[in-house]
Amino acid sequence: MERIPILKMGDFLLVTIQVDMHDRLAMTLQDDLTTRINQSGARGVLIDISSLDVVDSFIGRMLANIASMARVLDAEAVVVGMQPAVAITLVELGLSLPGVRTALNVEKGMVLLRAATDTAPTASFGDRAASAGEAPSPLGGGDGGRQG
Amino acid sequence: MAVVKAERLEIRTEGDVVQVRHAVRAWAADLRFGLVDQTKLVTAASELARNALIYGGGGAARLESIEDDGRRGLRVTFEDQGPGIADVEAALRDGFTTGGGLGLGLGGAKRLVNEFDIWTAIGQGTRVAITRWK
Repeated sequence: MERIPILKMGDFLLVTIQVDMHDRLAMTLQDDLTTRINQSGARGVLIDISSLDVVDSFIGRMLANIASMARVLDAEAVVVGMQPAVAITLVELGLSLPGVRTALNVEKGMVLLRAATDTAPTASFGDRAASAGEAPSPLGGGDGGRQG
Repeated sequence: MAVVKAERLEIRTEGDVVQVRHAVRAWAADLRFGLVDQTKLVTAASELARNALIYGGGGAARLESIEDDGRRGLRVTFEDQGPGIADVEAALRDGFTTGGGLGLGLGGAKRLVNEFDIWTAIGQGTRVAITRWK
């Protein structure tokens, strides 16, 4: 069966969509990504759509779903490389992708992902450690179960 | 108004929806539409082709390169013999859907083109024509 490949690099999953996806292929990617985030404990997902010259409401919905599912699974998703003509069309279509992080290119997307995944766990871990002396958090070590 | 060139494409599978996108892109590029206009046409066509497949149970798209009073345009007409649309006005509103989608297809497609015409009859089917002028 046709599939979009998902690459793992450290804590991140990388996807480059290079074909014009039919709807089922888009759904398969959504399912595959969700499964891979869960299996690998990835902290971030980067989706490069710079080769896509059309994003209609179906693909737009897929991108929004992936971002939501990633968040629920304690990961961050960022969509990079949207072509200007695609961005103009999406907004006019009525889809502004609220809740989807975007970056201009892969490089900026990686910086965004690193910042989002570096600060979030460290800050909460730090807070927890700081308060551990007074009241041990019942959630302490919750992040420990997550392995890359 | 004169039709310069026409082609009919069947819409029976999800792959056919992709074919419609590619054909509309090629025709729009041939007519020397700018990149944004091409993208708008292809996106609108994608929404309507999917509608014909999902709600109409399949159908066809007719691409026409047209000329009127010296200006050129691309018209794409989508036809299906599905159940038809009971309330067209509601169907054109954003967020209205009977198929679990986002409900942006019809209204969104309308915003992306210059002309949008819809004919529908319960039990007989739906025909939507979109035109973008250069």
